[in-house]
Amino acid sequence: MQTKKMTATIDNLGRFRENPPVLKDAVFNVLKYAILIFLAFWFMLPLISCVITAAKTDKEYATTTVTQLPKNWFNIQSYINAFNLSNMGNAFKNSIIILVVVLVCTTLIGTQLAYVLSRFTFPGNTLIRGLFTVAALLPGIAMQVALYKMMVGMHAVNSLWGYIIMSMGTDVISIYVFIQYFENIPISLDESAIVDGASYFTVYSKILLPLLKPAIVTCVILKGVGVYNEYYAANLYLQSAHLKTVAIALYTFTGPQGSKYNLICAGVILTLLPMLVLFLLFQKQIYTGIAAGAVKE
Amino acid sequence: MTATTIESSLSPDVPDNKRPFDWRKGIIIVAFCAIPLTLLVVFTYLPFGQMVGFSFYRMKYIGVPHWVGLQNYRQIVTRPDILPSLKLSLYYMAGSVLHISLALYLATILSFRVRCGNLFKGLFFFPYLINGIAVGFIFKFFYTRGFIFDSVLQWCGFSLNSLPYWLKDQSINNWSLVGASVWRYMGQTMILFIGAIMSIDQSLYEAAEIDGANKFQQFLHIILPSIKTILVLNVVLSVTGALSVFEIPFVITTGANGTGSYFVLMDRIAHTNQKVGLASAMAVVLLIVILIFALLQQILFKFLFRNQDDGVKAAKRRARRAKRQRNRIAAGKAPLLTNGRRQRAYSLERGQ
Repeated sequence: MQTKKMTATIDNLGRFRENPPVLKDAVFNVLKYAILIFLAFWFMLPLISCVITAAKTDKEYATTTVTQLPKNWFNIQSYINAFNLSNMGNAFKNSIIILVVVLVCTTLIGTQLAYVLSRFTFPGNTLIRGLFTVAALLPGIAMQVALYKMMVGMHAVNSLWGYIIMSMGTDVISIYVFIQYFENIPISLDESAIVDGASYFTVYSKILLPLLKPAIVTCVILKGVGVYNEYYAANLYLQSAHLKTVAIALYTFTGPQGSKYNLICAGVILTLLPMLVLFLLFQKQIYTGIAAGAVKE
Repeated sequence: MTATTIESSLSPDVPDNKRPFDWRKGIIIVAFCAIPLTLLVVFTYLPFGQMVGFSFYRMKYIGVPHWVGLQNYRQIVTRPDILPSLKLSLYYMAGSVLHISLALYLATILSFRVRCGNLFKGLFFFPYLINGIAVGFIFKFFYTRGFIFDSVLQWCGFSLNSLPYWLKDQSINNWSLVGASVWRYMGQTMILFIGAIMSIDQSLYEAAEIDGANKFQQFLHIILPSIKTILVLNVVLSVTGALSVFEIPFVITTGANGTGSYFVLMDRIAHTNQKVGLASAMAVVLLIVILIFALLQQILFKFLFRNQDDGVKAAKRRARRAKRQRNRIAAGKAPLLTNGRRQRAYSLERGQ
């Protein structure tokens, strides 16, 4: 016998439906949001505390505890000090040069390779794909030991161009994304263009490249984030002060400056501000890129 | 445009090897492959080969290398600091249980209608976009005695004296780093899971609801099986990730107080102590371990998904076999009496 009280109705499609238990749902809902807010609090706490501390003046920082709120939320003195101390202007200039050159070159190289690999069958096609897949397995840090010795030998340490060419290296994920994208563009498009007298290069540059735009945007953003945030290789190969990128400009704050957290926090926020803007503008493309990167693995 | 190019690129009846060689095609292939392949070889395979070579020498970055054979590899086992550093990955493996279950839980919630869902998604994901050095400073600040983490715990009723030094106390500091690692990478895994969950056919949920399945049952029987591939992939990746953990300990503690993971140690041996040979040997050993795991992953996938897509695979195999048989017949080389299997394949292909 049914002991639990149950209500049911017939809905407008004639299906027999149990009415949702309202109270239980409400409890679950509250619990769901409570967990979400709790976790969001912990995830944001490190960043929010940085914003709070960065808004304090030197004197305020010395006299208050870290959880006390600043008097003036819009005090930008620490930001200005941090910017000047770490020579951030020069760092942004270097980062922008590196980003522009690396992104333009990797996009060109990547799309060209993907075009050839996806459109032509030739001996070595599978081999090249295999070489790129295996390269993705090798962890970058481990490779740097031998790479560094090579770069020393080529006199490419402490040179912006050496670093740029090294960063262009292999970008396996974007090549895979491009290949996938090419394979979804019907080959009849190429063929009709060739019948009309276009060369292979024209087909690539005038017809396929414009169609590839969404994939290019995704890959440029992801690669851009990677290049902008790269600190290990940058620190290894760009040692002189005038070559520092944004990611390693923060190293200024180790040593004697190591406890002035209002400056450090301001510096941290300055470096991640471009990422925040990028994220707010291109959320969807970033999520797509992350998902596409996983598929290949 | 010459007639030969059109003909060679458009007539599918002529087999590849019988077509006249198309120079334009050859040139474009060489031109477009040259730069990426050069970069790949110079910056990946050449250093890789050299690294394997270095591992048999005692050498510095500058100076004459001495051949020492397997001595570097012997040192990996005998040095008191190297093998224990590999044990630290156990912390990160344990952390990845939290990491993956948190990502799975949040992805399941955020894949459906939630107030401010996009905001939450963004909040959890954003740490992934912050550069390593900044993460290091953020957590040094966060964990400093009496600072953010301690303050919040004090609000919750803990007294400062009962709290450990999060980054110095050797019994707890690796867990602090694991927390930072979860903070940084959880969002990325969550986005992967959300992508997989979003691609599930919505009508399945409706059907399950009509059948009276509650949310948990829906999760267990619809969502979990659908994202099995990406879930297993992430578990495997987190094992290799834990073995090669580098960034988080490197930027937060620089490996001090017993937090030096294998790669942090390798970096120090290579660039501070300049023992390039030993560092190379360490890299080679971990690479082999990682490759073994990659191989195990393949085997695990074959085992876990052995029943999946069975029909498709079998059909493809049959089609391949039939095609081979057809080619043989076309070439006039087919045996008149085939054994049962081939005969069946051929008849299957013809729909008999």
